[in-house]
Formats: sequence, structure tokens, C-alpha cells
Amino acid sequence: MRVPMDESKVARCRKLAASVADDVQRYIDGHTSVGAERTFLRAFGVDGVDDQGAPLVNLAVDRYQKAGLLGRGISHWLGRALAAGARDVQDAAERLAYAPELDKGEGGPDLDAVERALAPQAVAALARIDTARAEREANKAKARPGPNPLKYVIVATGNIYDDAVQAKAAAYAGADIVAVIRATAQSLLDYVPHGATTEGYGGTFATQENFKIIRRATDEAALDYGRYIHQTNYSSGLCMSEIAWMGAVERLDMLLNDAMYGILFRDINPCRNFIDQYVSRRFIARAGITINTGEDNYLTTADAVEKAHTVLASQFINEAFAKRAGVREEQMGLGHAYEIDPWIENSFLLELAQAQLVRQVFDKHPIKWMPPTKHKTGDVFQSHVHDAMFNLVGVMTNQSIELLGMFSEAIHNPMLMDRYLSLKATKYVFGAAKALGDEIAVKPDGVMGKRAVQVLDEALELLVEVESQTIWKAIEVGAFADVKRSRTGGKGYQGVCPRAPDYVNPILVALEKN
Amino acid sequence: MHPTAPAKLLRAYGDRQGDGMVQMSFVLEVTPSARAREAAKRFAEQHGLSEPLVSTMETCAEGYTYFVVYGHSSHAVDPSAIDVPEIRTEALSRDEIHHRIETRLGRKIVVVGACTGSDAHTVGIDAILNYKGYAGDKGLESYKCFEAYNLGAQVDNEALAERALALGADAVLVSQIITQRNCHKENAAALVDLAKRAGWRSKVVLLLGGPRIDHKLALELGFDAGFGPGTKPADVASFLVEWMCGDRDRAVMT
Repeated sequence: MRVPMDESKVARCRKLAASVADDVQRYIDGHTSVGAERTFLRAFGVDGVDDQGAPLVNLAVDRYQKAGLLGRGISHWLGRALAAGARDVQDAAERLAYAPELDKGEGGPDLDAVERALAPQAVAALARIDTARAEREANKAKARPGPNPLKYVIVATGNIYDDAVQAKAAAYAGADIVAVIRATAQSLLDYVPHGATTEGYGGTFATQENFKIIRRATDEAALDYGRYIHQTNYSSGLCMSEIAWMGAVERLDMLLNDAMYGILFRDINPCRNFIDQYVSRRFIARAGITINTGEDNYLTTADAVEKAHTVLASQFINEAFAKRAGVREEQMGLGHAYEIDPWIENSFLLELAQAQLVRQVFDKHPIKWMPPTKHKTGDVFQSHVHDAMFNLVGVMTNQSIELLGMFSEAIHNPMLMDRYLSLKATKYVFGAAKALGDEIAVKPDGVMGKRAVQVLDEALELLVEVESQTIWKAIEVGAFADVKRSRTGGKGYQGVCPRAPDYVNPILVALEKN
Repeated sequence: MHPTAPAKLLRAYGDRQGDGMVQMSFVLEVTPSARAREAAKRFAEQHGLSEPLVSTMETCAEGYTYFVVYGHSSHAVDPSAIDVPEIRTEALSRDEIHHRIETRLGRKIVVVGACTGSDAHTVGIDAILNYKGYAGDKGLESYKCFEAYNLGAQVDNEALAERALALGADAVLVSQIITQRNCHKENAAALVDLAKRAGWRSKVVLLLGGPRIDHKLALELGFDAGFGPGTKPADVASFLVEWMCGDRDRAVMT
């Protein structure tokens, strides 16, 4: 099954998106953020919190940001401490955070000495990521992943130990991917909590220790069931790059990671968000993690029929940003969703047309298909049917990753039984309609053909507009998800700073060579 | 029902009057077996189901079994003995809403809404406030006689209060979707406390909405009205018109 698709229009869309991303990339390359700098400190191996739970990386970076010295990069100051005789990176970072006298860069080791001191540390930092990647690949060779669409489910108890139990139960019932949904407020915390956590609202905190606990559970499940179980978490919000690094070293397989989601849906400052998404994706690229972008969310605030093209346009932009961070197409799980009002005549055909269009436009990408949520009402029986139709589109259009719908959507976080029934129904639809997409052809001038042409045309139109006015302006006027954000508004802007001419960052340099 | 008809007890209706048929599904921490089937049967009996039929028994996770059971519920409810505060406003037409606000109030009704606390789910507040609305019913933004501000998600009570006062809000809408460990109740009650302490509680009408909210709960928490699942923008608009334009008694039956 194919829908009509004008290749030249697709090429034009890509070109426009590239220009949009290039404009922002020039800004990114001249700036850094507290979140990004904390990530590099973590990558060097700096760890730990004080007695108030404040991470050492925050204390060190905030001190230099307040003193107006972060523009040279936290690595610069770490290197000076190392060259001046600190025992190791941890000791050096403690000096940055706690030394009675703040190093203002007067006298002491010169730039060469700083770079020499950092060089072996940077090599070790990269090796740690590469080792984790190699281990993941070895594990995947032992227990192979299941067939596409990979079945993705969410656990969200708030307690990481319960999450681990539920993750294994989900794997037993047939899930390929387990995401531990995050505590809702975490995206706005400007630090990553530390250690294993057992209390969280709407989900469980993303911490490095929690990542380890779920990795252990999913690794065990993979051995038990002979099928690789993917682990997913959220690299978004004010700590998106730190989470990306944690995901890289703890062998996560996927991260929710979007170039613009934080701006639109969490009111994070655009400058901050663009810098952080870039740094996060540099780590993600190196680690071989698959990103999941968040365009599905557009259709929960904007109308899924009228604004379908904004999803496609945004996918082109997300792709362009990811490419600029070294992420390969095979790592780009661009997101889209089944959110059209189900009671509209031919709503299923419109969904099918768009899902197939996205599949064709992004043919190498592990695209991610998201279930209905907006029009779910609490009628669990109707909801189960709604999800079945969504599954049918998923298998017919050969989606790569499918987040399963839950019949209890709009009621509560999924219970054990809800997830089981969802997996059972999905298995049925995926099996029963496995080759359907290959068996049928779409009439070029029918409902689906016309819809695909219309969505691509409108996406192209929107990209022309966004490119001419820049993404900053487009976001200001609400081009995506009907949400408007200003360049200097939103959360985290005070954490942005311009890079100085003597900005030092050997880890980023190495990542950019990738 | 005929006014002189005797009060009727409500029983579940399956196939025939009075059969009390209900379906329940649940998970027990047991592996499937004859003993497990009997356990599910007794579990259903303890819920008041007679002649329970265990129609499904399947392993849903290691050591856990999922059951579907049908049975005759022995319970009955007398609706005439129930006293529940209910929003009884009838949805007014768009024209009627305009007309009443224009003639009786002579200015716009200012509405400020947010998902408060850590709640990041704006689907409810968006449905009520945003132009697009929900299920074909356009939101308060689309009414000429409402000035609607949607502050979005994760808004602190303090920030909501500040904006509401600055905008001269007549009504404040709070949406609470996340309900784990009753955080929605605490959060909502905290806003009422804040309003009382700051002395503006009586100056605004406070509305609470969400999938686990009903009018009774909202009143208990100190709000003026509560809106549950399925509420359309026109319902909220009509309620506000009745409240703001002098027919407060018609707005709510307490």
C-alpha cells in the first residue's frame, strides 16, 4: 500500500527544514547552558549530592554561572583544578563547588595545561559511553528484539520497585518496550534527583539509580522470555541533556527527546531548549539510542484533521535538528498519533492516509505511532474498539514503534489487567492483519490519496512560512500545537550563557567529530 | 414515571427486569486452576453476586490471573433516598448566553483557568477554555462575552492567584487530572485556603474540573462548583451566566 507522494515536494520540505535548523544551530554553537555544562561534568564522572540533596554538578556549575564565568565552559575550570593538583575529577569538582576562593582564571595553568589535564578524562568519558553501547549491542545479539511494530507500554506507579515488577509483567504479556513515565513535575526541576525513589505523582522520578533498577528488570525479562526488552525514559525538560547522558551510560534503548516539545508544552525557554536538545542529541547519537519525538502531542491541543500538516512539518524540523547533532535516521523515532475524532465519517481513512504518508516520507526511520487519548471518555469497552482500529493502522502502515492504547485511558494509570488486555488485543490485530498493507492498493484520487496530497502540500506551505520568518517567530505566533512562546520567555532562560572565545569542552569536541 | 407510582428500587438490568446481571473483571494473585476459579467465584459472591459464572480465567502476568465474572447482583438502591448536590443549570444557547450577559451584566465575564500544582495534563482545561473546545462545542474563548485566559499546565496556586487578581477574574477554573494519592484534593483545597487568607475568596467563583471531580467533592473542598467527565464548554458557560447574572439559586441546587 502506498499513498501518492511527490518526491520533489518531500525534498523541498527537507531543504526548508534544514535552513530552519541551520539558523538555530548558529545560535546554539555560540551558547551553552547550565544544564549542558552539568552534563559534561557528569560525563567526566562527577557524581554525588550534598546533605540537602543538591547534586555536586549543580553546585559547581551554578557557582560559575553566578560569577559570570560559565562562558568559558565548566570543563575549563575543571581542567584548571586538575592541572593545579586535584586528585581526580571528583576532587576537582568539589573544589569548584566548595573552595573558599573562587578560581577567576587569574594566573595558574595556561590553556595548554588545561587541555592536557582534560584529555585523558575526556577519553575515559567517551569510553564509558562506548562500552555501554557495546554491551547493549551484545545483549541484543543474544536475545533478538521482536518484530515491528514493537509494542511499547508505560508503567507509572511512582515507586521504582513496583515499576520493576510491572515492567517484567508487561514483558511477560508481550511488550517489547517498557517506558517508566516520569513524575509530572520533573521536567521543570533544574536538577536531576539522586538515588532510588519510591514516591512520585503521575509517575516515577528519572534518576540514574532508577535507570539501573529497570535495566536489571528488563535484562532479566529478556533472558526469561528470549526476546530483547527495550527500556525507555524521558530526555526532556530542563535536564534533558543530563538524562540523555544517564541513558547513554545506563544502556537505555530509547529516550523521549524532541527539539521543540519543552518549548511548546512545558513553557521552557526556547534558547535554553534548543541548546539542551543539541547537547542531549550529541550524547544520544554516540550512544546509539533511538529518540522518540513528541509531535503526537500537537494533536491533543490542536485539531487532528485541521492541523495534521503541523505534525509532518515538525517531523521534518525534528529530523533536521537531529541530523545536526549527528543522530542517524535509523535512530529517529519521529512521533505521530491517532487523534482524529473517531465519530467523523471516514476518520479511519484519514488516519491511515497520514500514517502511511509519514511511513513513506521517513522510510529509514523507526517512526513511533501513538494511540488515541483525546477522544477517550471512560467507556472502556468503546475505548478497546477504538484502540483496535488504531492497531490496524499501525500494522497496515508498518509503524516501527507503537505505544499501545489503554482502554482505561482518561480514567487512571494503567493497571496490570489493562495492560494485559491491550497487549492481547494488539497481538490479535497485528497477527490477523499482518500482510494487509502489502495486499491492497490505494486509489490515487480517493479519500486517502487526496488526503495524503493535501497534508504534504500544507506541510510544505507551513515550512515555507516558518523558514521565511524563522522558527523563533513561528513559535511566537503559535505555528505548532496552537501554542505561543516568546524567545526570552519561559523557564530556564537565566541558565543560558554565550560561549567565550576560550570556551573549553573536549567532550563536545569529541562528540562532534562523530 | 407516574407521580403516584410507588418508589422503585434500582437493580442492575441485564436481559430481564430485576435479573440484577452485572459483569466484573479483576486480577487475583494466583495461578489459574480449579481452586483459582472457585476463589474467583467466592470473591464475586462476597460482592453480592449470586450464581457467579467465571467466563474467563487467564494468566496475565507470572503468578497473576485475570478473571471475567457474570452474576446476579442481589443489591438494590432506592433513588428517592438519595440527596446529592447537583449542578442543575440547563445548557443555554449561545445567543441566550450573549443576551443575558449583555443585558444583565453589561460587560465580559473574565475567566482564568489552569492545571495547578505538578499536573501537566491540559486536556480538560483546553477543552473548556480554548477556542476549539470539545466534541464540536466551542470553548469559552470563542464567546464574545467571555474573556478567557488559559494559563496552561503546572501553574502554582500562588501564580494562579496572582494572575487571576491582575486580570480581574470573575471566575477561576482549576483542572486536576492526576489523582495519585489524592494530590488533586490537597492541591485544590490549598487554593481555597490561599484565597481565604488573601481575602479574595468571596470575590470570585471557583470552579473545579477533572475526571475524578464531581460537584459534591468540589463543594467539600470549598469550591463553588465541580465539573466531571463529559462536561462541555457550554455547560460551564451556562453555569457562569446563571451565577454571575443574578440567578445564583438556579445555578446550583444545594
